[in-house]
Amino acid sequence: MNLWVYLATTPLFWLTATILAFLVAGWVHEKVGRPPWANPVALSILLLMGVLFATRTPYPTYFAGAQFVHFMLGPATVCLAVPFWTHRHDVRAMALPLLAAILAGVVTAISSAVGLAWWLGADRLTVASIVPKSVTAPVAMGIAEQIGGLPSLTAALVLGTGILGAMIGPGVLRLAGLRDPRAMGTAMGCASHGIATAAAFQIDPKAGTYGGIAMALSGLLTAVLVSLAVLVLG
Amino acid sequence: MPPFLAAIALVLFCQLLGEALARASTLPLPGPVLGAVLLFALIVWRGGPGEALRSFADGLLRHLSLLFVPAGVGLIQHLDRLAAEWLAVGVALVGSTILTLLVTGGVFTLVARWQERRRGHG
Repeated sequence: MNLWVYLATTPLFWLTATILAFLVAGWVHEKVGRPPWANPVALSILLLMGVLFATRTPYPTYFAGAQFVHFMLGPATVCLAVPFWTHRHDVRAMALPLLAAILAGVVTAISSAVGLAWWLGADRLTVASIVPKSVTAPVAMGIAEQIGGLPSLTAALVLGTGILGAMIGPGVLRLAGLRDPRAMGTAMGCASHGIATAAAFQIDPKAGTYGGIAMALSGLLTAVLVSLAVLVLG
Repeated sequence: MPPFLAAIALVLFCQLLGEALARASTLPLPGPVLGAVLLFALIVWRGGPGEALRSFADGLLRHLSLLFVPAGVGLIQHLDRLAAEWLAVGVALVGSTILTLLVTGGVFTLVARWQERRRGHG
């Protein structure tokens, strides 16, 4: 018992638990045939929340260990420059459609999410946290922090949006007659960042490539637009 | 200097510079986003990322989903909020995702067609 009391408060224990939970979730995801609803990130989060509940561990104790993984989100965002450089020729050739689509998509994503949440009576903190829900988590959490949202709530909303876009994206786009893989990829990357981009790769490599470009550009554009809005609105 | 360590140092340095610029500028952009812009400018200037940076970025981005887990577990602190607002949050996520997919895909298709027609005539 004393050993457990000691272990449960060490950062090493929760760091190990985080990586183990992710490995277990990945294994389960493989076993059930990689369906979008069994997303490994969502599974690991549920698993770890279960462990925290069962052991009555407060989140700050958990985070003292998990922060070493969390820290890598910053460098990972910086690294997005590398795949963007790799795809620079695609970006240049299709710059006009990409920029027009992503500008329209970013404005739609922010205004519709904020509008719907506000209209249905969500409180101010929730509305602020939902603003960057369509962009990749490290960027979204940075934006949430800067506009007074709750970064951890934003992380969950981003995750939900990603899983949703991966699940319904291909069907919704085909129903609307949008079958060009470049358009599908751009739409999925812009609406639902990396998780839907991974799903777009399963439709067509070209769709996945455009998804990656759209994800990087929409992250940047959302950050810029929100910053401008903060400046203008105070 | 070993190339792998140099690549890590370069990424961290870009982030650090990004954070510093973010603090100093009037635009409240996230530091890592500015760091990515700096790194991109540097890659363009050097004519390519180089093998070590490419493999470091590749490895990190391949496991990107793991990095969301610690923050996601933080949801445990907001369960009361979600229990009270699940309808507003759920409708906002589903509605906004569908709208964004359609608008983005639609605009891309229209502008791409217009551009191809213009190039075809030119």
